Amino acid sequence: MPLLEIDNLRVTFSTADGDVNAVNGVSFDINQGETLAIVGESGSGKSQTAFAMMGLLAKNGRAAGAARFDGKDLLTMSNRDLNQIRAREMAMIFQDPMTSLNPYMRISDQMAEVLMLHKGMGKAAAINEATKMLDAVRIPDARARITMFPHEFSGGMRQRIMIAMALLCQPRLLIADEPTTALDVTVQAQIMQVLGDIRRDFGTAVILITHDLGVVAGFCDRTLVMYGGQIMEEGPTDDVFASPVHPYTSGLLKAVPRLDRADATLATIAGEPPDMSRLPAGCPFSPRCAQVLDNCRAERPVLATRGNRRRACHLPIKEVA
Amino acid sequence: MFIFVARRLAVAIPTLLILVVLSFVLMYAAPGGPFNSERPLPPEVLRNIEAKYGLDQPFWKQIVNYVVGVVTQFDFGPSFQYKDRTVNDVIAQGFPVTLTYGFWSFVVAVTVGVSLGVAAAIKQNTWLDYLAVGISIGAQVLPNFVMAPILLLVFTLWLGWLPGGGWNGGQWEYLIMPVLALSTSYMASIARITRSSMLEVLNTNFIRTAQAKGLPMRRVIWHHAMKPAMLPVLSYLGPAFVGMITGSVVIDVIFSTGGIGQFFVNSAFNRDYSVIMGITILVGTLTILFNLAVDILYAWIDPKIRY
Repeated sequence: MPLLEIDNLRVTFSTADGDVNAVNGVSFDINQGETLAIVGESGSGKSQTAFAMMGLLAKNGRAAGAARFDGKDLLTMSNRDLNQIRAREMAMIFQDPMTSLNPYMRISDQMAEVLMLHKGMGKAAAINEATKMLDAVRIPDARARITMFPHEFSGGMRQRIMIAMALLCQPRLLIADEPTTALDVTVQAQIMQVLGDIRRDFGTAVILITHDLGVVAGFCDRTLVMYGGQIMEEGPTDDVFASPVHPYTSGLLKAVPRLDRADATLATIAGEPPDMSRLPAGCPFSPRCAQVLDNCRAERPVLATRGNRRRACHLPIKEVA
Repeated sequence: MFIFVARRLAVAIPTLLILVVLSFVLMYAAPGGPFNSERPLPPEVLRNIEAKYGLDQPFWKQIVNYVVGVVTQFDFGPSFQYKDRTVNDVIAQGFPVTLTYGFWSFVVAVTVGVSLGVAAAIKQNTWLDYLAVGISIGAQVLPNFVMAPILLLVFTLWLGWLPGGGWNGGQWEYLIMPVLALSTSYMASIARITRSSMLEVLNTNFIRTAQAKGLPMRRVIWHHAMKPAMLPVLSYLGPAFVGMITGSVVIDVIFSTGGIGQFFVNSAFNRDYSVIMGITILVGTLTILFNLAVDILYAWIDPKIRY
């Protein structure tokens, strides 16, 4: 049984202008110790997929379908039951480390409360344990700095603290929602290094949500590409990068800046990300697709499995440029 | 921190001086004087009385004498209206009364207001939220001069449960209606501010982090959201507390409580210069002190604020 099984997940927000469908029937699995990348541009529904699993959707949002963790559906679970899984089995770190820690509480209190609540530890033991975890994410002088407040740390340090806090109970799954997006490039590399070490040392399964393909390569076993709240393609990371089977993935890969080719102009995907309240009837990518076919606009392609890869596209695989 | 407090207290001195001078100017700019009455006094009598109270001296000298008296001997002068009583006597008599019902009004307004606001924010857009918002709007549009007679009508005239006025050393039966009448509109403001700031805090990323940590809602609210949500409330509470403990003429008149609110307004009507000045300085000093207290509390709550 996979560790987490997402089955036809839908996320809908009710707004004054009507319902917005952020996630439209997404299904995927992740196994124990596996690393999965969810890639897509802003508004592709990748973060909302994660928020739905964690029960963190905004108040006007609702999730349908199923998200089974260890066979138990997270979406229909009571808040009390969900709190037994959050942090303990499944933890999450967020995009913006500058605002994700409570600025009014000491790091020691924010970290210790997790262990005191979930492990029933005393405060002193919890702080001791938290300090060890800060050492593990390489916060220098953790013993002294743990009593500081978040504003006394840099963005990269705060993201390390977030990671350490998420790992306190040694969860089986860590969801990292754009963990490096708000950070400097040099710091990004350090954070990915820390995440890599964590995965190796603790055997934690990781879902890495990102729009940065550079971060995915060399980190994730599998990559899943989302657009318009749907899965466009999925497969082993190396295969997806070497031979994309969807025009959107292929466009994304061409848009990655290459430092080794100074003369190359950067390719872009023409058009705008879709308006999620008015998605086209067919493939959500059809208005921007360079290789669009006649039936793409009318008929939504099904996500078909072939070997270890899945894709949703009408275009024959061989013709994907 | 010590330097900050010392500097703020030092700034308070010129602030109070400016307050004294401005009040003096305004008082003298108002037509009439303490000894004008419907039947005018003979000019020579008036002159003698004015000489006795120092009103015949030049304006600047009156201010200087007044300030010197206050600073050196804590002497706020005699009342012009209440014979044989000093301003200190008037305040000593009235201030404990307003302090008592003002303090309890503050306690009631903060407890009920904050609870209503927090409950409304947590249960946003449910019947509880609408009820809380309804109550606070209702309380807001019921100023104390409307609230007080309604309370009298219901609890004294109809039900006969509570005495209709008086103070009687501040026994609880005498306290209930003044406290209710004074606290409602403050309570409503506190509830509104609490609700909106709590809603704002509940939408922040660090609250989402707290939820992702699997903390029960109660702990998220009390340990993570309460402190930041209270910051805007706190800046309202400083002036509000001073407003409450310095009383209200409406309360004093309708419930005959005998607090300084009544003395203050009467002194203005009677041009009782020294009482006006005394109470003005009292309110001014309290305002400065409690704003300072709010700033200190701010630093205690928000670690980013360091003085």
